[in-house]
Amino acid sequence: MLKIFKMAVRNTHRYARRSLLIVSLIAVGVIFVQVYMAATNSYKTLIISQITDSMLGHLQMHKKGYLVSVENVPLNMNLTTEQTARAEAILKANPMVESYSTRIKLGGMISNFAETTNIRLAAIDPKKEFKTAPLLPSRVLEGNNNLKADEVLVPELLAKGMKLKTGDTVVLVATNKDGSVNGKQFTVGGIIETAPGPGGRDGYILLADAMELLRMDPPEISEIAVHLKDFGKLDTAFNALAKAFMQEKTKDGKPVFEIHTWEKLSPFASIAKMIDMMTLLVKIMLVAIVLIGIMNVMIMSVYERTREIGTIAAIGTQPNTILAMFMAEGLCLGLAGVIAGNIISVVVIYGVRLLHITFSFGMREGFILTPSVNPLDFSIISAIVLAVAVFGSLQPAWKASRLEPVKALKSI
Amino acid sequence: MSIISGKDLKKYYLAGETKVEALKGLNFTLDPGDFAAFVGPSGSGKTTLLSLIGCLDKPTGGVLEVCGTDVGKLDRKAGARFRGEHIGFVFQDFNLIPVLTVYENIEYPLMIVNPLPENERRKRIMALLEEVGMTDQQHKYPDQLSGGQKQRVAVARALVTRPKLVLADEPTANLDHKTAYMILELMKKMRAETGTTFIFSTHDQKIIGEAERIFTLEDGELTGTSRTGDNNNA
Repeated sequence: MLKIFKMAVRNTHRYARRSLLIVSLIAVGVIFVQVYMAATNSYKTLIISQITDSMLGHLQMHKKGYLVSVENVPLNMNLTTEQTARAEAILKANPMVESYSTRIKLGGMISNFAETTNIRLAAIDPKKEFKTAPLLPSRVLEGNNNLKADEVLVPELLAKGMKLKTGDTVVLVATNKDGSVNGKQFTVGGIIETAPGPGGRDGYILLADAMELLRMDPPEISEIAVHLKDFGKLDTAFNALAKAFMQEKTKDGKPVFEIHTWEKLSPFASIAKMIDMMTLLVKIMLVAIVLIGIMNVMIMSVYERTREIGTIAAIGTQPNTILAMFMAEGLCLGLAGVIAGNIISVVVIYGVRLLHITFSFGMREGFILTPSVNPLDFSIISAIVLAVAVFGSLQPAWKASRLEPVKALKSI
Repeated sequence: MSIISGKDLKKYYLAGETKVEALKGLNFTLDPGDFAAFVGPSGSGKTTLLSLIGCLDKPTGGVLEVCGTDVGKLDRKAGARFRGEHIGFVFQDFNLIPVLTVYENIEYPLMIVNPLPENERRKRIMALLEEVGMTDQQHKYPDQLSGGQKQRVAVARALVTRPKLVLADEPTANLDHKTAYMILELMKKMRAETGTTFIFSTHDQKIIGEAERIFTLEDGELTGTSRTGDNNNA
């Protein structure tokens, strides 16, 4: 086998210019795909972590049916104390869960005594919330992120519109699930940066304040956000938790809870899917480049070396060995392209990192593109190229192995 | 017992819609250790006959036995195995593999076709290189050799598997007379040392006399056979 590869390498040198061209073509394709994947992965990872770590969490669970009415922040779809306790027990029992945060989501009005406008609020336990959405404290632009009783973190745009500053007094008014309107005076504890996606324009108050505002007795919970230890195990964790939550049934046998990954909750998931589709298209283009390039070179090679094929067949070389010889040649071209492409890709990726290219997402600017070399992506792309190179040389190699020696020897 | 036996051996081709009778029922035998030539003008069927003997092609009719095997019944794989085990080839255009050195060209059949351990391989190749006088050139590539040198290498490659039979199709056609005689002398010498049967085709009258058995072909028919010193035509 080694001898076959040795011959294959020498045969690729024999048509040096042609081999160099196809190797360059494959290398350029590999570089394009690797750099594209590294850049888009960096972009996706950054944005997803912004969305999940700033507000959403990796997973969220609600009372069954809550999500379809999420825009109305329905208070009649809250989890009871008992249901919350059952949900917390399930989350605590799962080793993949790092932390969780119970929230009450509510809509209301905010007034600075001069003007009044709508506000959406998330009532939280800061200790749990900051563990579950670890980037949330960094979104507090003014004031203290250590939310205290009777304090509200006001969304940036709303604060600008109402000219609110830290320390100002405001009144929050909300309607509870019985329909009665209640109000409570708060101090602006801080201004919170607007973030793209659901919940990105919410203000924050303490759970206890929300319960008082809504005159909620006994306490209820709208949603539980979950932060996993390893985001890469999202699907596994989701499946395990979904299975556990599905076992919780009402008296009429219907599920009590519903659980969703961040993808179901954020419109960015569609953008991420589109990026994945684009990546797939780029991969298909690479496959086409390699396939057509290798096939072209190998067809030419078989055509030009017909007599030589006749000679080795006459000497007694088995058809399968001839097949292997030409496939090894295709593999060598693919391998050279992959090695060159991967080396240059690493250089380009680190070059891009050094350039500190920035981009914005929603209202936020200054995200730095930090593409990184992902060994798994590199291995997958390399394996695809090598497989396609072998596949591309299969037809010419097959043709070579099927040549009649007597006819091949007569070829000029 | 004969090494080759042809009985009513026929080969037809279709050239477009025209049926070409390349061999028209040949009957002949060759004995082990023969140094024989098939002679005749271009188109007489020499190369076709060598192709059939070498299992490169199949007869249309009749029976051809080579080394006791009816070669007309061998499939592609069995044919390749048979060639590798029993037959060596020397071609008019030398047909050395351009990407392999002299040493590697001779080594090729022992690496790819009939694998041998490296020590034994090396011994056999070095002995043959010595025999054909190419030891000094063993690291050169075919394009660095003269025609005569290439044909010496081709002879060594044909003999390296110790075949029972070596077929040489116009082995001297691309060589000057001096070199052609040298190649034939080399083949005779190798025959004497190994006992291998050598069969070559030629239309060159000057080298026909080097053969010990001569089969004359004309228009696909065997028109005469003779041994060195005979004046009889059959």
